[in-house]
Amino acid sequence: MSWLTPEVIAILISVLKAIVILLAVVIAGALLSFVERRLLAVWQDRYGPNRVGPFGMFQIVADMLKMFFKEDWTPRFADRLIFTLAPVVAMSSLLVAFIVVPITPTWGVADLNIGLLFFFAMAGLTVYAVLFAGWASNNKFALLGGLRAAAQTLSYEVFLGLSLMGIVAQTGSFNLRDIVAYQADNLWFIIPQIFGFLTFFIAGVAVTHRHPFDQPEAEQELADGYHVEYAGMKWGMFFVGEYIGIVLVSALLATLFFGGWHGPFDLLPQLPFLWFALKTGFFIMIFILLRASLPRPRYDQMMAFGWKVCLPLTLINLLVTGAIVLAAA
Amino acid sequence: MEFAFYFSAGVAVAATLMVIINTRAVHALLYLVTSLLAVSMCFFSLGAPFAGVLEIIVYAGAIMVLFVFVVMMLNLGSGSEQQERQWLSPRGWIGPGLLSGLLLAQLLYVLFSEPSSGTVSGATVDAKAVGFALFGPYILAVELAAMMLLAAMVTAFHIGRHEAKEVA
Repeated sequence: MSWLTPEVIAILISVLKAIVILLAVVIAGALLSFVERRLLAVWQDRYGPNRVGPFGMFQIVADMLKMFFKEDWTPRFADRLIFTLAPVVAMSSLLVAFIVVPITPTWGVADLNIGLLFFFAMAGLTVYAVLFAGWASNNKFALLGGLRAAAQTLSYEVFLGLSLMGIVAQTGSFNLRDIVAYQADNLWFIIPQIFGFLTFFIAGVAVTHRHPFDQPEAEQELADGYHVEYAGMKWGMFFVGEYIGIVLVSALLATLFFGGWHGPFDLLPQLPFLWFALKTGFFIMIFILLRASLPRPRYDQMMAFGWKVCLPLTLINLLVTGAIVLAAA
Repeated sequence: MEFAFYFSAGVAVAATLMVIINTRAVHALLYLVTSLLAVSMCFFSLGAPFAGVLEIIVYAGAIMVLFVFVVMMLNLGSGSEQQERQWLSPRGWIGPGLLSGLLLAQLLYVLFSEPSSGTVSGATVDAKAVGFALFGPYILAVELAAMMLLAAMVTAFHIGRHEAKEVA
């Protein structure tokens, strides 16, 4: 066992941790499909899926069996290469962005100095999934959905980045662990960066194409938008990719604005994962509550809101934060 | 790190070659995105993560999306593919290819005639260092670029406003 040096063991342990985090995120994303349907039902005075197993808990198994055995059909008029590539991009790009999220002091995949920027880069690449899916399907509803998605994502990504620059200016680092440490010493960023929080939350909902920003897949107008031609596992990858996006944005909201793994008033510092999971779960619930309660705005209203309200708000927020940081220095 | 640099540089060259010889516009753009990602990997391997990630955010994540957007709207069919194939006929590019091959040979000769002392150091250039450089020695270039972008924005605003008035 001469090759089992302490360095090799350390590498193996961190690889193992990364795999555990990967599996946990994917499983959380898959389970969310059941949780979302049950919660939507509760908020809309219905039962939801409650037949399979206790409380309908095995509904997810039934859904997965159905998805695996469905015919994975590629339309003959579709562009085969890009049609197959799109769902892979949809699922993997946001999943990869999870490596910068610090979960507890000891858990987390990578401690990148450019952490936040890495998330922006991956969020920027997700737009290719819908764009390519819409184009490769060779279907006018899919193309319209893809074009809407591209315009929406580009518009909202502008202030997705700007909304967090206030945090970066105050902390002086893109590293998410530094940001968590700064919040532990000072106020949580939800207080000084409330406008950053609001705009980042809105942009996060828009970038994951969640209700009320699900214009690209509006059923009433576009049948199902960019993934109307998809079936079976390819459609499943889009589906799980969306939930992974929700988990990622919720985890980032918890990390960036609510102190990450620290409890309020330093309560229970022995249980960092509990705090992280509670905060992330809370934001996932908010995502679902938004879908349960809000109607979908018109497309032009949504674009105007992004450019005329959110972008100026983030710019003013950044300006004021910069002035305060300069005055304090 | 040097291996990573040469590997991603090779991917970038191959992907860019595919951009040129591909007859389908969207496939060519996909290769261009790959090429930009490879260039960003080059930056990472040279110890410039900030530049690398900006390459992805700005070029792959924003500018190329607009390119793809426009190409999709053009609705290029099999006709344009035929045309591309005609334009890419060997007779057309054999002359330029030969001449650029000569230039490449000359470049390689110059590069390898004197062994260079430069190696990949792996020292990281972080965002702070880039910021100091931009607002220190390169302040004039930053200001000029800002002015140009402002002019472009005013122009875009003017054009968009004009059309909006016609609709109303």
